[in-house]
Amino acid sequence: MAVRRLHPDQPASFAFTPENLAWAKARIAQYPEGKQASAVIPLLWRAQEQEGWTTEPAIRAVADTLGMAYIRVYEIATFYTMYQLSPVGKKAHFQVCGTTPCMLRGAEGIIEVCRARIHHDPHHLSADGAFSWEEVECIGACANAPVVQILKDVWEDLTPESFAKVLDGFAAGKPPAPGSQAGRTASSPVGGATTLTDAKLYDGTAVGGWQKSFADREKAAAEAAAKAAAAAPAAKS
Amino acid sequence: MLADKDRIFTNIYGFHDWRLAGARKRGLWDDTKRLIDKGHDWIINEIKASGLRGRGGAGFPTGLKWSFMPKNDSRPSYLVVNADESEPGSCKDREIMRHDPHHLVEGCLIASYAMRAHTCFIYVRGEFIREREHLEAAVKEAYDAKLIGKNNIHGWDFDLVVHHGAGAYICGEETALLESLEGKKGQPRLKPPFPANSGLYGAPTTVNNVESIAVVPTILRRGSAWFSGIGRPNNTGTKLFQISGHVNKPCVVEEAMSIPLRELLEKHAGGVRGGWDNLLAVIPGGSSMPCIAATDCQELLMDFDSMSALKSGLGTAAVIVMDKSTDIIKAFSRIAYFYKHESCGQCTPCREGVAWIWRLMERMARGEAEKSEIDLLFSVTKQVEGHTICAFGEGAVWPIQGFLRNFRPAIEQRIDERIAAEARQAAE
Repeated sequence: MAVRRLHPDQPASFAFTPENLAWAKARIAQYPEGKQASAVIPLLWRAQEQEGWTTEPAIRAVADTLGMAYIRVYEIATFYTMYQLSPVGKKAHFQVCGTTPCMLRGAEGIIEVCRARIHHDPHHLSADGAFSWEEVECIGACANAPVVQILKDVWEDLTPESFAKVLDGFAAGKPPAPGSQAGRTASSPVGGATTLTDAKLYDGTAVGGWQKSFADREKAAAEAAAKAAAAAPAAKS
Repeated sequence: MLADKDRIFTNIYGFHDWRLAGARKRGLWDDTKRLIDKGHDWIINEIKASGLRGRGGAGFPTGLKWSFMPKNDSRPSYLVVNADESEPGSCKDREIMRHDPHHLVEGCLIASYAMRAHTCFIYVRGEFIREREHLEAAVKEAYDAKLIGKNNIHGWDFDLVVHHGAGAYICGEETALLESLEGKKGQPRLKPPFPANSGLYGAPTTVNNVESIAVVPTILRRGSAWFSGIGRPNNTGTKLFQISGHVNKPCVVEEAMSIPLRELLEKHAGGVRGGWDNLLAVIPGGSSMPCIAATDCQELLMDFDSMSALKSGLGTAAVIVMDKSTDIIKAFSRIAYFYKHESCGQCTPCREGVAWIWRLMERMARGEAEKSEIDLLFSVTKQVEGHTICAFGEGAVWPIQGFLRNFRPAIEQRIDERIAAEARQAAE
């Protein structure tokens, strides 16, 4: 269990932008009446996207929007670890997966780069305030390990060298494209997929192809049912 | 090897268009009405007959689970899809959502209809942001095409909401997920009552894994006999395997259930790094599943029954491969840290126990422990197991128990080395 507290220095206020407020209203309407608290995680997330981190005024504002007690939203902010409770790097916050599948493929080397180039400790800003990093638990891209998530995207199949390029890219405002840095597509094996090579899957013949055998099974089932119905009275007599 | 024509997820790598037009061309949303018109019970019976077992880890028969839902209840019924994929090693639902989302959307409609639910929520883990964007886009396409929504072409009013979390592994536990979806901390509920009686908002609810729901349309179209003809009895169908760690070509691949481990690794993942004989151990189903040493891997079949015969489990079929270069104590200490970090803190044996386990594992990884601590570690795992509200306790200690079963000599050796080194230093 992670023990998390709010940052000692907090901004004076928080207000959703008009666009985000409209979005929040639509979001709340997706849940049944009286169940608007269901929207708390998405709203608090949107607040973090707006501010860069999760502030105490934002927690209060979300609680007020949803008619929830402040303590209930505070619980959410401290329980769920994607809420950043202190300011993060202006250009990028690197979430390095350190869990065993990534560790087996070299995540420790990625963390060393973070320590050397950003800050020795996680959740601290670099000297220029541009970067911060943390070690996170499994990101769910294990077949592309090791991986680093930055905002919405994941950089995969990293080495300390290719990760340094990602870091340089963010510093220069031109990061390399997310996804595999080893040149493969998604989680297909390096060098080409061993499956899904049959062109018939993609030429449109899949459409309707099931109908005949489906009808045959229906007919067989109907015949079996009729047979059973015919046999039933005979069995009784 | 499974033939391409028998694969369900034909766009798992995203080589083709994931949107509605592309999905339709691959046979999705193809006369779905014909399946719906067969009726609630026909669908449930087909899924029962297919032998489909839940793909989220526990392997509970999906059709049977659906049949627990009440048929006449004044409360609304809900289907909730568990897309909180966070088990270390698991990365299949991610591929379904970002590359083949219409499998899931169509599956949600059919499964909800089968269980008489008019509303379905998909709970996507917070980190999967691009995946969620694709899924949301697919849902919108389905609404726009009147495939779902009020007065849709299938004649069953159906709303589909994509919800998300914000980083908490425990929300993959079904009742913690429901708590989270209601806007609370993700702390599991006591059972009973089970979700089928009192789930989301106190209403009848079924929680299913993404893959379990996404395979449903294809099973119904091709027939339960087709699905149950793949794999071994009680272990039927196709499965997305996720291969990570020390293989030459880590990947996600759909294969027949019960495929031999060696064939799976060598056909699709380029084999174990350094060759088959360089294998040390595998974790066969995500980090909660006890590891299996190389000696037991020779003829190992990748299915539920063969794993449970070895006191492990198929889990999500996430195979973490470790070769002989692995510091096995450190690898398991990192798994222990994961559970320490992710315990929700509700039950004392778990909250305190997993931290104890991690600290003991760290001492062992450094060789600082005494040999008596090995038994102490085992005893701590036994004090967590069976003493918690949810199965997180078991998931946290089984890997450690499996590690002790298989690798106790490695711990002892490291302690001996430390003692010998200290003795040398003292002598100098």
